[in-house]
Amino acid sequence: MAQQPLLIGCGAGFSGDRLDAPGPVVATLAARGGPACLMLETLAERTLALAQLRRRDDAAAGYEPMLDQLLAPVLAECLGGGIRIVSNFGAANPVGAAWRIDEIARAQGFANPRIAVVTGDDLSGASHQALLAQRLRDHRTPLSANAYLGAEAIAAAWDAGAEIIVTGRVADPSLAVGPAMAHFGWDATDWDRLGRATMAGHLLECGAQVTGGYFADPGFKEVPGIAQVGFPIAEISADGGCVIGKAANTGGCVTLATVKEQLLYEVHDPSAYLTPDVTADITGARVAEAGPDRVALSGVRGHERPATLKVTAFYEGGWLAEGGISYAGPGAEARARLAAEILVKRLPELELRVDLIGVTSLFADDAGRLLASKAPGDARDVRLRVAARHDHREAAERLAQEVTALYTCGPAGGGGVRTAIRRRLSTASCYVPREAVKAGFEWVS
Amino acid sequence: MATRTVPLRELAHGRTGDKGNRSNISVIARRPEYWVLLVERVTEEAVARALAHRRPSRVSRYLLPNLHAMNFVVDDVLDGGVNDSLNLDSHGKALAFLVLDLPVEVPDSLATLTGGDP
Repeated sequence: MAQQPLLIGCGAGFSGDRLDAPGPVVATLAARGGPACLMLETLAERTLALAQLRRRDDAAAGYEPMLDQLLAPVLAECLGGGIRIVSNFGAANPVGAAWRIDEIARAQGFANPRIAVVTGDDLSGASHQALLAQRLRDHRTPLSANAYLGAEAIAAAWDAGAEIIVTGRVADPSLAVGPAMAHFGWDATDWDRLGRATMAGHLLECGAQVTGGYFADPGFKEVPGIAQVGFPIAEISADGGCVIGKAANTGGCVTLATVKEQLLYEVHDPSAYLTPDVTADITGARVAEAGPDRVALSGVRGHERPATLKVTAFYEGGWLAEGGISYAGPGAEARARLAAEILVKRLPELELRVDLIGVTSLFADDAGRLLASKAPGDARDVRLRVAARHDHREAAERLAQEVTALYTCGPAGGGGVRTAIRRRLSTASCYVPREAVKAGFEWVS
Repeated sequence: MATRTVPLRELAHGRTGDKGNRSNISVIARRPEYWVLLVERVTEEAVARALAHRRPSRVSRYLLPNLHAMNFVVDDVLDGGVNDSLNLDSHGKALAFLVLDLPVEVPDSLATLTGGDP
């Protein structure tokens, strides 16, 4: 059983992350030597639904659109240096992604990359329709439905020698747990170790959020070199504990504060962080400095994994229309408020959300209670922003037209109109028995 | 005892996460000596008041004493969540700063951090 620590570097924390992030991570993994893995997390809930829609229009599409740009610059160094790659960039079409990676690898002179595809998460087909309708209590056919798979199929692919493991929907931390499980030979019921590796994966999964991203607050929390923030690398030991560091020659920082914030990010009950692999318990977690930009996490426990798997389904959600116009100088706030009144009168068919950016916006609520509680003031640089949802595109477009018409028909001095119409997807989640989901892996190449 | 009121941000840092229509907001002591005061003053009721206009159906506080951190879980405050909300910030990422602006009464003798290291 291998007991050398496993290095897992994270090169992407969401679809849309920096394309130049993986380079320094891979360079650091290569320089340090030893067993290593590059993890790329690119699949938010909504990202997968959009990928399913793309695949409908084009059977070859449906995987991460920036796959080439993300992977091509680091693929040769990974394949040549024994750094394995694990990613959910397969999205709605992992097999399609795998074939594309095979092409890129061949073009770079690697004839037979061992590429494994994790299967079983996509429950959109007819065979799961009845189960989902019952569990979701909704008889509409969803646009997509995917189960969150765990680490086991990834571990099996790693054990079988995969150099690149492409997945669709898996729980984000499982991208790190799978490699650790296989590398150390852990049992699937070794709850404490799985719990610790899960929290290591949790710290990695959002990329720079543990190394100084989503953190800086000038005057209170400084982040050196933030424009070149480095992405994280976890050193996982045989007991599942980890030290979080970051790519060499980059900016950002790994401190007790960055690690604590990310440890609690999207956590609810800290005694029961649920994944398909384990119920992780961080109530006894401790963090300690372990060198410059290095923080050790210990004290995490694990308990038996949940009996069910989470499924997220997406349905047509109509259309979202947004529009904005700005006012400045004396009376700006009053003119913006008048413009909002005009829109409310002109668009009775829409339930408008109104924001006065520069007065109140992000903290406010769709019903407008916070805005209504604010007495009109004399803010001098105000952007009116309105938004509404409607089942029909034509109705949503009315909002864009009315905001645009404020140029000539609205209050004095309004400028900078921008409008946008976007398709909406609504979501629903349920839990299904593990037996209903057949997770596994297959080879492509 | 003489006291003064400071914004929570001088005592704590934190960030917001979201899942569905639920937000979680961490509040982490910037110095260990603030911890006891934070537990006493930054209560479920105080956070519920800060977010009252968003009509939270429940606010739960979890304490992590080893980390000098608390985690607030706030239900039904995201107007349906990222796919349904009409907010520019449909994730509610800004909400930690609404909580960090809570006024906290501290003893005059307690030095708070008005800037500098976290």
